[in-house]
Amino acid sequence: MKILCFAHLSEQLGASSMELELGPISVADFMAELKNRYPALLLDHVMIAVNEQFVEQTHVIEPNDTVALLPPVSGG
Amino acid sequence: MSNSLFVITDQPIVPEEVSDKVKRREAGAITLFLGTVRELTYGKRTLYLEYEVYPTMAVAQLERIGREVRERWADTVVAVTHRVGRLEISDIAVVIAVSSPHRKAAYEANEYVIERIKQIVPIWKKEHGEDGSEWIGDQLNQQAYPEGRPMALDIPKEDER
Repeated sequence: MKILCFAHLSEQLGASSMELELGPISVADFMAELKNRYPALLLDHVMIAVNEQFVEQTHVIEPNDTVALLPPVSGG
Repeated sequence: MSNSLFVITDQPIVPEEVSDKVKRREAGAITLFLGTVRELTYGKRTLYLEYEVYPTMAVAQLERIGREVRERWADTVVAVTHRVGRLEISDIAVVIAVSSPHRKAAYEANEYVIERIKQIVPIWKKEHGEDGSEWIGDQLNQQAYPEGRPMALDIPKEDER
């Protein structure tokens, strides 16, 4: 799956996107996996969008989905 | 500028081009909101801001806000242009135009749009100040900028108008 990172997350990761061989996997398990692989990422309050839609923790992410890690937004 | 009602751009925004998109014969009111870059926030000086965006999702979320507005205030038309990239003090970051037959709906809907933008549109600002830079919206700044993260409770509901 394709992972997109924004704001402080892309700076911490050193990249705005990456590919991971994952899924099908629930959002909750995906977040746990991400914390495991990238302990330095600050994921508190980060929202998940799958294919540009906000999803719940129980949503299942498919291998070909695009997953965006969205820190609390601050537009306007 | 794009003819679409909901636009993300890295160019300066011309407010009248946004209000022209909602102008129509049925309208008796157009409210125009300009969000501008503030120099001082609680005494802290901002030198400039940098906005980052998830472009396709941001446009989709703005369209969703437009649908929410029409559900709450019938017969309104909304147009929003948000600028991203580097913005200097007093630059216009966002322009929201709402037209409606009568002014009350145009005022209320316009405020609703900016509150929702701050909740659900994937745009982030990085504040560059005299002491360095930081992303706004992190845990630290939720406390330092309480008004920047409105809670859902602050949004007027249909039955409270």
